Amino acid sequence: MTTTVLLFTLLKVIVIVFVVLTAVAYAVWFERKVVARLQSRWGPTRVGPHGLLQPLADAIKLLTKEDITPANVFRLVYFLAPALSVITALLAFAAIPFGPVTLVGGVDLFQIANLDIGVLYILSISSMGVYGIALAGWSSNSKYALLGGLRSSAQMISYALAAGLSLVGVLLLSGSLNLRDIVNAQAGATWGFIPHWNIFPQLLGFFCFLTAAIAQTNRLPFDLPEAESELVAGYHTEYSSMKFAMFFMAEYANMLTVSCMVTLLFLGGWHGPVFGPALLQTMLPLLWFSLKVLALLFLYIWIRGTLPRFRYDQLMAFGWKFLFPLALVNVLLTSLIVAYRAD
Amino acid sequence: MPESILNGLFFYVLAVVILGGAIMTITRRNAVHSAIWLVVTLMGVAGLYLHLNAEFLAAVQILVYIGGIMVLFLFVIMLVNLDEAAKQRQFNRQWSLALICTLVVLVEFGFFLMRGAGSFAFAEPGQGALKPNTELMAVALFQDYLLPFEIASLLLLVAILGAVLMAKKEI
Amino acid sequence: MNEYFSPIDFLVLKPVILLTLFGIGVMLTDLFLDQQHKYMNAVTALVGLAFAAVQLWLIQSEMAAQGVAQIEAFRGAVVLDRFAIYFSWIFLISSAIAILIAIRYLEIEQEHHGEHYAIMLFAAVGMMVLVMGMDLVTLFIALELMVLSVYILTGFLRRDRRSNEAALKYLLLGAFSSGILAYGMSLLYGMSGSTNLNVIADSLAARPAGDPLVLIAITAIAAGLFFKVGAVPFHQWLPDAYEGAPTSVTAFMSVGPKAASFAFLLRMFLVPLGSAREEWLPLLVGVSIATMTLGNLAAISQSNVKRLLAYSAISHAGYLLLGLVSGNETGMKGIAIYFLVYTFMNMGAFAVIVALRRRDLIGDEIDDMAGLMYKCPTAAVLMLIFLLSLAGIPPTAGFLGKYFIFLSLIETGHITLAVIAVLYVAVALYYYFRIVAVMFMREPVDQEKLSFSPGIRIALGVTAAMTILIGLYPEPFIQFAGSTVLSILR
Repeated sequence: MTTTVLLFTLLKVIVIVFVVLTAVAYAVWFERKVVARLQSRWGPTRVGPHGLLQPLADAIKLLTKEDITPANVFRLVYFLAPALSVITALLAFAAIPFGPVTLVGGVDLFQIANLDIGVLYILSISSMGVYGIALAGWSSNSKYALLGGLRSSAQMISYALAAGLSLVGVLLLSGSLNLRDIVNAQAGATWGFIPHWNIFPQLLGFFCFLTAAIAQTNRLPFDLPEAESELVAGYHTEYSSMKFAMFFMAEYANMLTVSCMVTLLFLGGWHGPVFGPALLQTMLPLLWFSLKVLALLFLYIWIRGTLPRFRYDQLMAFGWKFLFPLALVNVLLTSLIVAYRAD
Repeated sequence: MPESILNGLFFYVLAVVILGGAIMTITRRNAVHSAIWLVVTLMGVAGLYLHLNAEFLAAVQILVYIGGIMVLFLFVIMLVNLDEAAKQRQFNRQWSLALICTLVVLVEFGFFLMRGAGSFAFAEPGQGALKPNTELMAVALFQDYLLPFEIASLLLLVAILGAVLMAKKEI
Repeated sequence: MNEYFSPIDFLVLKPVILLTLFGIGVMLTDLFLDQQHKYMNAVTALVGLAFAAVQLWLIQSEMAAQGVAQIEAFRGAVVLDRFAIYFSWIFLISSAIAILIAIRYLEIEQEHHGEHYAIMLFAAVGMMVLVMGMDLVTLFIALELMVLSVYILTGFLRRDRRSNEAALKYLLLGAFSSGILAYGMSLLYGMSGSTNLNVIADSLAARPAGDPLVLIAITAIAAGLFFKVGAVPFHQWLPDAYEGAPTSVTAFMSVGPKAASFAFLLRMFLVPLGSAREEWLPLLVGVSIATMTLGNLAAISQSNVKRLLAYSAISHAGYLLLGLVSGNETGMKGIAIYFLVYTFMNMGAFAVIVALRRRDLIGDEIDDMAGLMYKCPTAAVLMLIFLLSLAGIPPTAGFLGKYFIFLSLIETGHITLAVIAVLYVAVALYYYFRIVAVMFMREPVDQEKLSFSPGIRIALGVTAAMTILIGLYPEPFIQFAGSTVLSILR
């Protein structure tokens, strides 16, 4: 029995990693398409219909490019950094449930590990992602890269606090750190059409978390670690070929993680209208989940296409003087309400 | 007893990681390398917590120490030019003497601990301790150790106050 | 069922809560004060101390009226007994005096910030919780709160290199010693499965004598605690920290935190480690002899008064440890009364040094005292009183503490120790009188008049009056001290 479970789990891990990596590749395609349309362009169209094979072409290009290691880098750390980025980005998916419990041969299909501290696990793993960036910046032995690494470490710390605090409201409402429990607490709807999603009572928390998460993934308008107008390419200036691609992958994987987190914590996860035959009933939650994630990805790209970049001091001031207090207020309000209800 | 062997193995591997990381931390000349080794050490400690079924503590250890404090360390190290410091003497002249003293104390403590190991009375971990871990933590913090918890907040306030006071040019 | 805490918990902590609130209040009002009115922070802090004192008095009289010996609070994390109340008085008094002498001094140093007083109040909070603590976690965090505050106060003269160096040295060594202490505490926890001192005491009492684990725990805890009280061989930080710190802070840390650390030491050795007395007694005897020896001999060659008083503080720690060596009621009484007396005489001596501080003169070299008798007879006579008291000469209060400690040694048959201690008192006389000789025999270098700020006047008046009063009319103080120590002797 244990052998089959082990085998199944291994298979599941491989499938999920494969799916995530494909999703990452297509997130890049999606971004290029959406940004192009926002700017009245076409985006990739040549490779395959609607440029759908573009990710494959990119992958081949990146893999076959010359891999340059600059002369005066700190080699071990220089090689370690991109790997660290990808590993932490992928590890986060271990705790994310993509759908309701669906047991096949004693193995849950849609989640690798159901952790009791799922939220904390994802937070802590993604907080380690900064090492990839900071160490890449340092080990490159280049001023632009170093500045990028510096910026990212300061930015991560500033926004990790706000991100963590803004989740406290959700945790207070659901009374659990388990992602599955949190999603299950959001089942059902008021009057049949307003779903019990956390976004409604936790609008403030949602806003704070989303903003902080965008900042933590180094996306526009918070992409100062790689601001091309001042820092060439920031922390990955000295990287090329596959190592460069790894940073890219990590960034998009992190975007996916954040989108999944927001979906699970605020948007009711896989909950949505379920109907039809049995097979459809198992597939629909997955569809809802994917749609919500896709919508959030679109939001990400939309923001990127719309907003200009922050200045560095603005970024710090925004994080510490606005977002952080706001998250604190949210914690205070939510805990007051929860305490009031409990009485 | 494969499980207990596995447990022991886990512990010793983690112990080697922690101690090795700690030794590397203090012997590296490059401050960034020291910081990385310190991260390794802290990871080992987090692993030790996991090994003790204290998963909440493990996650918080990673979140706070590795994801927060050590990133700040790195930030400061990268911000401050330490090239000069790297050229200076790393240990003072009595380091060999100190090492000998430390080893003697280590052997002494080790000897006494070995002799007394049998009389350690550890509380048994609760069955299925994984489930209410976070809750137990909350009970410990907010009921049993409420007062130290509150005083710790004052401690942090004083630490912040001191840091600002020392660092700021004009108060 | 849902009773996490009761009104009793708040009652016990009321003085502490008041101090905390006033500390935060000082930080807030400091924002609105300009440089000329910074002294208002000191006033606020003093008011806070007065409020806390009133509360403490109310609790004390209420306990006396109802015949309650001790109140447990926070599930046994703290216990308010007479011992804790007695030491809390010492902390309140020493904080008040330190604040009084700090005002002018910090103005001259141009580092007059409200944070100084806030941190002092927080340090007082740490000290009060430290003497109340009955739980390892509480004790450790309270200890850290206290020492962290003192580290900051030590480095408060940010532009002064001596102050910076002292703070850094103190911080590094202090953190290290805290680590050793925490290791010892963890062993106690490992052996008993509880952080409560009483449970640990019962669990250790059930162990066979000479248990190796107990021995290690004693060693580690003793090392940590000896560092905090500045006993040899863990004393190296002390002269540097005392010399570098602002003099008003030196006065404070030589009394308040020292008394708190010592009370903590007494609590640890008498409650959880009480059953292992045979094991730690030789250690304690050795350390106290070494402490007296080094403190007294090293003080002889000092040319800086603050450093000299630092070594004298080390030697005093040696005498105080002797009280624990004898361990009987007289010894405990001696320690208690010693600290009360020490508060006044030591802070008085430092207050005189603070009074010498001018814009162009630090005033902590022995030579700076030259001819003080001719420049300012009051200061010279007061200093004489304090030094006589520190040396333990009969009409002054200092005699009392030493008397009880030596008496307890003789009572318990430690005749040799008593003889050694008395011999060192003679040595101490020599270096205290070096200062006296400089003050009275040498010609003054300059003729600049000393100006006493109101704060220093009050501080000097109170300390001198109490030093003489306790010496001349010791009865009530002895009773007060005697009644308090019974609660800690199990």
